[in-house]
Amino acid sequence: MSTAISVSSVVKTFGQTRALDGLDLEVETGEVHGFLGPNGAGKTTAIRVLLGLLRHDSGHASLLGGDPWTEATELHRRLAYVPGDVMLWPNLTGGEVIDLLGRLRGGLDQGKRKRLLERFDLDPTKKGRTYSKGNRQKVALVAALSSNVELLILDEPTAGLDPLMEAEFRNSIEEDRVDGRTVLLASHILAEVEALCDRISIVRRGRTVESGTLSELRHLTRTTISAELAVDPAPLADLASVHDLRIRDHRVDFEVESSDLGDVLQRLAPFGVRSLVSHPPTLEELFMRHYRDEQAVS
Amino acid sequence: MSSLAGTWSLVRFVLKRDRLRLGVWIAILGLVPVGTASAFAGLYTTELSRQELAATVASNPAMVAFLGPVHASNIGALTAWRIGTLGSLLVALMAVLTMIRHTRDEEETGRRELLGSTVVGRNAPLSAALVVTVAAGLAIGMILAGGLVGLELPVAGAVAYGLGFAGVAIVFAAIGAIAAQLTEGAAAARGIGVAAAGLVFLLRMVGDGGAGNGLSWLTWLSPIGWFSRLRPFADEQWWVLLLWLGVGLACGVVAFGLSARRDVGAGVFPPRPGPAVGGPRLGSSGGLAWRLQRGSLIGWTVGLMAIGAVYGSVGDSIGDMLDDNPQLAEIFELIGGEQGITDVFFSAAVGIMAIVASAYAIRAVLRLRAEEDEMKAELILATATPRIRWAASHLLFGLAGPALMLILGGAVAGATYGLIIGDVAGQVSRVVGSAMIQLPAVWVLTGIAMALFGIAPRLASVSWAALVVFLLLGQLGQILQFPQWSLNLSPFSHIPLIPAESLRVLPLVLLALVATGLVAAGLVGFRRRDIAAG
Repeated sequence: MSTAISVSSVVKTFGQTRALDGLDLEVETGEVHGFLGPNGAGKTTAIRVLLGLLRHDSGHASLLGGDPWTEATELHRRLAYVPGDVMLWPNLTGGEVIDLLGRLRGGLDQGKRKRLLERFDLDPTKKGRTYSKGNRQKVALVAALSSNVELLILDEPTAGLDPLMEAEFRNSIEEDRVDGRTVLLASHILAEVEALCDRISIVRRGRTVESGTLSELRHLTRTTISAELAVDPAPLADLASVHDLRIRDHRVDFEVESSDLGDVLQRLAPFGVRSLVSHPPTLEELFMRHYRDEQAVS
Repeated sequence: MSSLAGTWSLVRFVLKRDRLRLGVWIAILGLVPVGTASAFAGLYTTELSRQELAATVASNPAMVAFLGPVHASNIGALTAWRIGTLGSLLVALMAVLTMIRHTRDEEETGRRELLGSTVVGRNAPLSAALVVTVAAGLAIGMILAGGLVGLELPVAGAVAYGLGFAGVAIVFAAIGAIAAQLTEGAAAARGIGVAAAGLVFLLRMVGDGGAGNGLSWLTWLSPIGWFSRLRPFADEQWWVLLLWLGVGLACGVVAFGLSARRDVGAGVFPPRPGPAVGGPRLGSSGGLAWRLQRGSLIGWTVGLMAIGAVYGSVGDSIGDMLDDNPQLAEIFELIGGEQGITDVFFSAAVGIMAIVASAYAIRAVLRLRAEEDEMKAELILATATPRIRWAASHLLFGLAGPALMLILGGAVAGATYGLIIGDVAGQVSRVVGSAMIQLPAVWVLTGIAMALFGIAPRLASVSWAALVVFLLLGQLGQILQFPQWSLNLSPFSHIPLIPAESLRVLPLVLLALVATGLVAAGLVGFRRRDIAAG
C-alpha cells in the first residue's frame, strides 16, 4: 500500500502562535482516515498546508507523492476539498457552483452529481445568498463527492447537516471507500469517525498524540469490567493491575489495562464470578483522556 | 388601529440609528441651494448679467435638458434652475434609499422578524419608515426656505422651493415603499427604486430638452419635472403641489395594499430560480471573474459615459462665457482663445474621468481581497487553478476596465460636444485620445492595489487613501502652494494636458513601467504568501 499523505514534524507559526508544532500524519492510499482534535488543535491549519494555501516553516509534507506547495496545481487536479465553513457567491446558483468547481478540478461524474443532489435533497436552482449553512455545505459536498478525484479532504463536513443528511453522508463515504478513494476526514463528531474511519490520528496543540486503527488505540487504554461475585470482593483492592475499583455489596466495577486483562481474569475466577460484563473504551473515552490532559496542562 | 402599534417607538429607533446619515443628507440638500444662491448673488450683481446668463442657458438645449428651463432672471429663479431639478433627483434618491434601508433591508437580514415578535403592528415598520422619510423631505425644505429667506429672497418663492423638494420626497418615499414590497432581496429593491428615479428624470430630460419639438408634455409625467413647473420665484403655480400629494397618497395606498397581501420576508415577485447547471463559460476562473465583475463594469462604464455626456454638453458654453467677458477672453488669448479654453476644459474633464476610472480599477483589483477574506478564494485555489491565473482573472478588469470606460466616456463627451459644434468625428477622436493618455496613470493605481494585495494584504484598502491623496494633490496642491516634489508624487501630475499641451511620450512610458513593476511585485508576492484563513 502506498502513502497518500505523509507529514512529518511540520511546524507552522502565525506570529507568536505555533499552530502546528511538529505534526505527523500518515494516510495510506485507499483508507478513510479520521483526523480528530478539539477546536483550535491545528486540524484546519494542517489541511491548509496540505492544500498549498499555507507554506509550512519546517518539516516535511507530501501529498499524492508531490510537494503540496510547489506542485499545488497538478495535485489539485486529483483531489477535492470541502472547507469547514462554506461560503458561496450570492449570485451563483448551487448547480453553477457545483459545475464550476468540478470543471476546475478534473471533471465531474454527471450521474453521481444527479444521485447526490437527490440524496442530499438539494435544490440546485437556488442562488447562493438564499442557502442556509447546511445547504451551502451540501453544495460543496456534492461538488467534491461527484468530482473524478482520488483524494477527498473534508474539514468537518457535517457540522451544519441534520442527522438524516449526516447518515446520507456516511453512506456516500462508504461507497467512496468501496471505489478505493482516499479520504481525510477532519472532525470532532466521534460517532462519525468511529463509524467511518479505518485509522485515526488525534491531534492536540499542533502535535499528533495518537495514531493507529481504532482497535490499536483501544489497546493502549483500559477496559471497563463490571462483575457480580460470590464472595467478598475486598481483596481485589490489593491487585496492582485493578484501577478505580468501586464495590457495592458483591458487585464490582473497575478498569484494567488491556495488557493486564488475562492476568486479572485469572485472579478473578476464585471469587466465584456470577456475571461479567466487559466493554472496550469508546473513542469518546480515548479522546476525552487527551482532552482532559490538555485542560490539566492549560 | 393595532396594525400600527409601535409606530412611534420605531420612528424614534430609526431616527436614533440614522441620525448621522439623515443629518448629512438633510444638511447637504438643504444648504447647497442656499450656498448657490449666495454665490449667484455675488457673481451676477447686475440685472443685465443675470439676463445674459438666462439667455445663454435658454439657447443651449443640452443645458436645458440636464438642468431644466430658466423661468426668470432673478437670483431665486436662477438658483431654482441650477440646483432645483438636479436637487430633486438627489432628494428622490435619498427618499428611495432611506425607505428601503428601513423596510426591505430589515426584512432580509431577519431583524424585522425579531421586531415582529414584540408589540409591533404589521404595518408599523412601513409607516415608521414613511414618517421618517417624509419628515426628512420636509426638514430639507424648511432649512432651504429659511436659508433663502435669510438671503432676503422673496418668501413665496423660498417656500415654494422648499415645498417642491418636500413634494418630491413624498412621492419617492411612496415609490420606495412599493419597491420594498416587490422583491426578497434589498439590492434588487434598491435597483427598482433607483431605476424609477432615473426613468422619471429621463422623462423630464426628454420633455424639457425637446420642448421645441412639442415634447414638453413628457415633463408633466415626471414628478421630478414638476419642480420646474412649480416655478419658484417666477409666478409660483401652487396647485402643482397637489400633484405630488395625490400621487404620493396613491402610491402609499398601493404599498400598504401590497404589504397586506404578502408574508414577512417574502416579496410580491418570488425569487427567481437560476440555472441548475453551470453554463459553458462558467468553467474557468476567468469565467467566474466575468460573472462577479460584469455588473459593476457595466454600471461604472455607463456612469462614466453619463459624465462624458454632461461634460460634452457644457463644453461649448465654456467658450461662450468668453464672448460675454472680454477681460477673461484676454487672459485666455494667451493659451489660444476660445479653442484654448475648451481644450483646458476637456483636459480637466478627462482628468476627472481618469480619477473615476481609477476608483473602478482599485475596486476591481480589491475584489481579490474580498474573495480571499470571505473564504471564497480558497474554494477556487484548492482546485487545479494556479494562483497567478486566479489573480490575473480579476486583475484583467483593473487593467482593461479603465481603458474601456475612458474610451467610451471620452467618445460620448466628444460626440456630444461635436454634435453641438457640428464636428462629431473630429471631436470624438480628439477627446478619446486625451482620455486614453490618462491610462498609464490609472494603471499605477491598479498596480498599487495589486502590490498591496500581493505583499501586504491587510493594508490593501490603503489603495483608496493613495487615490484620495493624488486627487487632493491634483485639485488643491497648486492652490495651497505645496512643494513641487509632493505634487510630483501623483501619477496624474505627469500626464501631459492633452489637448491643451503637446504630447510628451517619455512620462507615459515611465508611468507604464512603474505600473508594470507594481503589478509584477504584487503577483510575485501573492504567489509566495499564505492565503488568509478568514
